[in-house]
Amino acid sequence: MYQITRAERLTDQIYLFDVVAKRVASSCLPGQFVIVKMDEVGERIPLTICDYNRETGEITIVLQTVGASTMKMARLQVGDSFMDVTGPLGMPSEFTQMPLEEVRQKKFLFVAGGVGSAPVYPQVKWLHEKGIDADVIIGARNKDLIILEEEMEKVAGNLYVTTDDGSYVRKGLVTDVVKDLVENQGKHYDICVAIGPMIMMKFVTLLTKELNIPTIVSLNPIMVDGTGMCGACRVTVGGQVKFACVDGPEFDGHQVNFEEAMKRQQMYKTYEGRAILKLQEGDTHHGGCGYCGGDK
Amino acid sequence: MDVLKKVPVREQDAKVRATNFDEVCLGYNEEEAVEEAGRCINCKNARCIQGCPVAINIPGFIEKVKNGQFEEASKVIGQSSALPAVCGRVCPQESQCEGKCIRGIKGEPISIGKLERFVADWAREHDIKPEPPKEKNGKKVAIIGSGPAGLTCAGDLAKMGYDVTIFEALHKAGGVLVYGIPEFRLPKQGVVQPEIENVKALGVKIETNVVVGRSVTIDELLHEEGFDAVFIGSGAGLPKFMGIPGENANGVFSANEYLTRSNLMKAFDDNYDTPIAVSKKVAVVGGGNVAMDAARTALRLGAEVHIVYRRSEEELPARVEEVHHAKEEGIIFDLLTNPKEILVDENGWVKGMTCVRMELGEPDASGRRRPVEIPGSEFDLELDTVIMSLGTSPNPLISSTTEGLETNKWHCIVADEEKGQTTKEGVYAGGDAVTGAATVILAMGAGKAGAKGIHEYLSNR
Repeated sequence: MYQITRAERLTDQIYLFDVVAKRVASSCLPGQFVIVKMDEVGERIPLTICDYNRETGEITIVLQTVGASTMKMARLQVGDSFMDVTGPLGMPSEFTQMPLEEVRQKKFLFVAGGVGSAPVYPQVKWLHEKGIDADVIIGARNKDLIILEEEMEKVAGNLYVTTDDGSYVRKGLVTDVVKDLVENQGKHYDICVAIGPMIMMKFVTLLTKELNIPTIVSLNPIMVDGTGMCGACRVTVGGQVKFACVDGPEFDGHQVNFEEAMKRQQMYKTYEGRAILKLQEGDTHHGGCGYCGGDK
Repeated sequence: MDVLKKVPVREQDAKVRATNFDEVCLGYNEEEAVEEAGRCINCKNARCIQGCPVAINIPGFIEKVKNGQFEEASKVIGQSSALPAVCGRVCPQESQCEGKCIRGIKGEPISIGKLERFVADWAREHDIKPEPPKEKNGKKVAIIGSGPAGLTCAGDLAKMGYDVTIFEALHKAGGVLVYGIPEFRLPKQGVVQPEIENVKALGVKIETNVVVGRSVTIDELLHEEGFDAVFIGSGAGLPKFMGIPGENANGVFSANEYLTRSNLMKAFDDNYDTPIAVSKKVAVVGGGNVAMDAARTALRLGAEVHIVYRRSEEELPARVEEVHHAKEEGIIFDLLTNPKEILVDENGWVKGMTCVRMELGEPDASGRRRPVEIPGSEFDLELDTVIMSLGTSPNPLISSTTEGLETNKWHCIVADEEKGQTTKEGVYAGGDAVTGAATVILAMGAGKAGAKGIHEYLSNR
């Protein structure tokens, strides 16, 4: 069992937990993720490692409620436990494996959309600890959906916050900010790392292609085992089929087939919808749709 | 009683079992087992033992069954095998022990597999457990993977007094026995779990959720965690795809994914959260045991299921018993048929598959007649699900993170067959990680060889 030592609700849909997972905490690096299974009947859910403490053996994970399983997880409190936490999984971010002198010469721009701040944070922090200040853009639909702003402030070089509806700091999409920084403020970037909803990553990569900035994205497709066994997470990158769990999750954003990736993400949507209904309606759920088994 | 024929084994009726996940074969009862054992002529030079990869004293245990000494019989098997209830169910006996049986020359061989299964089930039902060794030798061995190779190696080493820890990447121990082979062939709670408990009863520790190569490396196990040797039994888990158009459409799965959802995650059971595709018409591409497992799983989940295989029935790599069971249950075999393209609807979902008819030409390198396309014979199958069951290869995660561990061009770890020794000192390997996808019992044989190799290595050090 993996004990929860902190549980916080960051927004209506985003929750943060500190969990004791010693082997993960001792070996994980930015860019990697864990698979969490809440209880005997739970799904295996891939989640971002947002932070880690090698001394205490704790990792910080952030989850967004997208289906019945994540909704159940969101109800957990300090003192509760996850039955299983496996990891770290996936490849670490490329820059963590490069010679430090080389990394120091590069100018980084991070673009975090919504819950994407969680995987971006440990990368920016890692660079900060090596004395490298990166520019960071955090964007969300509105003020309530901005997460980890304070934490990011401490480790980022310049932090730019934007909201789609203008309810906080500025009005505009993350792509508007990227454009503004490069075209109007004379900023130059060698690497852009964009993590957030698939559609955001797609539009950031379209823009950075135009601006000629190499761009890394982190994909979060459907997974089962997370160790390369099932192939559920296959994505097409540069015309080749890759498994996001072992070859990724980070890929060259200019090579990713986002259309296909977005379609594949929808695969279990109808099942998820039924499962959520079942969860919300609890004992009063009577099914009737003929599929979900609620009327059995 | 006709001594030339096996005592028939009771099975669930095909129509009934096609709608449930309960075990197909019901096994022998005491009377049936004693009667079948009575057919054994107890050869002096027992060829069946040579046919067994773990060299069980087969006439020895059958003799005990004949006399009704079932506990004694289980001890005879226990000297050679840690997983008899599993092997009695999934070993290809027809090509191993039973294939060599003298009785088989003039009639049907002794039903060795069903007798082994009977003895193992009897021992479990009567709560007979193996005893841990009296003395420990103080040496630590790490085993990577809790499948058949790892469990066997661990069991053998523990019996010799080693302090053994198995590291398993998934949340449940058992490897392919748990994620791959379906409930209706190998019940998890009733059969696999108790065999794993028996290995634990020997003193073996199992740590789940450890992905070696990520959570910890082999070098760290050897140099920081104090292990004296390592056995890699990590299997062949990486699924292959065909590389045809449409293969990334929604509704195309690897057999590994489909079976993992159903077996490990229990998606077939409404009480579990993991979803699985609700399909009307499924094509399973491939003809091996895994293809049969996937097809029969889809059938039980309510679909019409076609096996699409490019050669003829004779070349099907699956066990005859599995093909027979699949047919009985209503699986449709589209033989001499090969997929060309998966047809996708506007939302990205599978709507069909274009196939081409094949004919058999000259024998190829494998000795089997090579399938050749019949020009102009393309046709479309209407489908909503395609399951690719084309084999698996070893996961490169361990080899790529362990310096000095050589692999061949198929990513299989290079290891000596007799002792499992790899190119790295103190590191042994066996099972599918070395051979590529094979059988449970061959992996167990390799686990035994690895245990022997490690024991020699640590005794002489």
